[in-house]
Amino acid sequence: MDDFLAARLQMAFSLGFHIVFSCIGMVMPFFMCTAHYLWLKRKKAVYLDVTKAWSKGVAIFFATGAVSGTVLSFELGLLWPKFMEHAGPIFGMPFSLEGTAFFIEAIALGFYLYGWNRFHPWFHWFTGVIVGISGLLSGILVVAANAWMNSPAGFDFVNGQYLNIDPMKAMFNEAWFSQALHMCVAAFVSTGFAVAGVHALMILKGKNVNFHRKAFQIAAIFGTVAACLQPISGDISAKDVAKRQPAKLAAMEAHFHTEKGAGLIIGGIPDTATKTVKYALKIPKALSFMATGDFNGEVKGLDQFAKKDQPPVVVVHYAFQIMVGLGMAMLGLAIIYFIALIKKKGWAESKWMLKLFVIATPMGFLALEAGWTVTEVGRQPWIIYGVMLTADAVTPMPGIAYSFYLFTAVYISLAIIVSLLLFRQITMVDKLYDSSTDKKIQ
Amino acid sequence: MVYVVIIFLWTAILLYILLGGADFGAGIIELFTSRANRPRMRKKMYEAIGPVWEANHMWLIIVIVILFVGFPKIYTTVSIYLHIPLVCMLMGIIARGTAFVFRNYDAVKDDMQKVYTPIFVISSVVTPFFLGIIAASAVSGQIDLQAKDFLSAYVFSWLSWFSVSVGVFTVTICAYLANVFIIGEAENEQDRQLFTRKARRTIFVVMAAGGLVFLAAHSEGIPLLNWIFSDVPGIIALIMATISLVITFVLLNRNKPVMLRLLAGFQVTMILFAATYSHFPDIILLKGGDNLSLLTHQGQFKTIETLGYALLIGSIFILPALVYLIYSFQQKKGSTETH
Repeated sequence: MDDFLAARLQMAFSLGFHIVFSCIGMVMPFFMCTAHYLWLKRKKAVYLDVTKAWSKGVAIFFATGAVSGTVLSFELGLLWPKFMEHAGPIFGMPFSLEGTAFFIEAIALGFYLYGWNRFHPWFHWFTGVIVGISGLLSGILVVAANAWMNSPAGFDFVNGQYLNIDPMKAMFNEAWFSQALHMCVAAFVSTGFAVAGVHALMILKGKNVNFHRKAFQIAAIFGTVAACLQPISGDISAKDVAKRQPAKLAAMEAHFHTEKGAGLIIGGIPDTATKTVKYALKIPKALSFMATGDFNGEVKGLDQFAKKDQPPVVVVHYAFQIMVGLGMAMLGLAIIYFIALIKKKGWAESKWMLKLFVIATPMGFLALEAGWTVTEVGRQPWIIYGVMLTADAVTPMPGIAYSFYLFTAVYISLAIIVSLLLFRQITMVDKLYDSSTDKKIQ
Repeated sequence: MVYVVIIFLWTAILLYILLGGADFGAGIIELFTSRANRPRMRKKMYEAIGPVWEANHMWLIIVIVILFVGFPKIYTTVSIYLHIPLVCMLMGIIARGTAFVFRNYDAVKDDMQKVYTPIFVISSVVTPFFLGIIAASAVSGQIDLQAKDFLSAYVFSWLSWFSVSVGVFTVTICAYLANVFIIGEAENEQDRQLFTRKARRTIFVVMAAGGLVFLAAHSEGIPLLNWIFSDVPGIIALIMATISLVITFVLLNRNKPVMLRLLAGFQVTMILFAATYSHFPDIILLKGGDNLSLLTHQGQFKTIETLGYALLIGSIFILPALVYLIYSFQQKKGSTETH
């Protein structure tokens, strides 16, 4: 395997793995604190059980997210030294702040996991909230660093020199807000649906129903509220990408030719040779509206960019379709769930509703991975958009393929072990916790 | 401001060696504990490091972030030429971090424990071993920017008797720190005697490994003695470390756990000081005499300035919380319900 391809695959794999674990580690504390709050307020033992069960999930995912994140901070240099040599001093600000946020998260987690019965109950609960907030901040900061790669700012690029560095400007680049918002909401959607789906399955199996029902409700509400907000943040992102990275938007939409009043292409098979999309559903003028806010606005097509500056159209287009499609499916389910909560109480408890949530379990994470594929592959061939090519950033060391095989093997085994651990945590619920009734503890 | 950043860098390295090192040591001494005493040892270790173990490893992230933001040339040179030992160390970090939680958070305690425990123990040795190799390779002039072939550029940049012996030395230091630390955790006389006995043995092992480092340096023409004895602060640091080691040895028999911990921490601080002082501000010594210096290879003014402020602000949040965390769990040993 070519070293450059191996380096890209290793990076993609490491990021793809880290994203799932860090998102769960970032969002689960909020579920955990909600259950904990309900326990402190209502004194029903079942909420305490849910809190403790989820806190174990948080511990497992935090540890996995922490090590995979540590590995990434090294991989940036191991795989892309030329990039880090120049980018490090510019976009390092969010990383140094993230170090702080992450550190605080680790400290707060120590308090939370080992602090049962040692501290004032509300102080103990508060340390859990700190875990959530600092985790979320870490996520926002890391995404701000990624946004800089899409929207480089805070320096002057003169004759190959990076001059007048301003780390604050680099951190608050044009893309940081839209990307961080989209990512945070996505983390809530994917974790919410994944957790709700697992508990829905356990309710359907009739095991420890009271426990799983409480857990399901909390996760489902977080997930569905976030799913309803996501299209708004998606719209902000689309307009932002259209303005800053027209090549990426064109690839997302397989939009080959620049036109006014461009139609939105759904599905289809893009053919880069003939520059056409076969078998696609086309909504007239919708793309122009989505990208510019005007039905007759002009949307740049791939024809505006030299062949060597175009991202891989097929991958980006499909990834985008998958993300939007799954997002819409989850939005639909969210709306049905809200109707159930407000108007049709019977629906919320019904088997078909639970079955729908079980089906939706992996949707959020699939959409999340697809979304990152759009962002990262859509930026190609650039590592710093318009400034440095990915191919110029790769390490001179040969034999990266072996490193790729090694990391892939390690991550796959980790994924298997974590799945096993979760499976065991979930199936052991009825042995570890007795939550068959709504009994109160004073 | 660059000195503020350098002080943070040095302190973060020190704290990683002390706290992270004691943490690695917990796994190492598990390996060298008889089967009969192992469960007791493991339980004590888990109680002692459980609440702080995640935080202990954050120091490494701080070190890396300071390097790649403030001193990118140093970070990338190490990343390119020490790629292989870095990957080995990362494998250790992944294996260790995950195995530790897995074995404590697996809802079913069965044969999977026989998978997690060896992984935890072995990676506890592997990680500090490669950390030592990386540190030694950085300062011993093995990295050759002009190297043309794979072996001399990417393998002999770190594979030498000197690097390996520093790797071994680092492992023994970790074991020593953990051994001294655990004495204070003993709750009965039997445990205390067991831990004390082990700590005493570790001191001899550390001294033997230290001797090995000097021998290896001598045989490979690395002027280690000159570095340490060329200036007064280096000599003083080494003398202080030796004196405090003798005091430690004497105090091991008496029941003074806090004092022992401070002494062990002091010794490691002195060793790191002696090892870094004579080169400062150089941090990477290259083959052919060129060095990478923290002062000449620092980032642009504004980068260093914001990094300094970020670190100062960060430490205002981190340090009190960390101190309170450690304090709380040292004070309140009454209740041990952890799940």
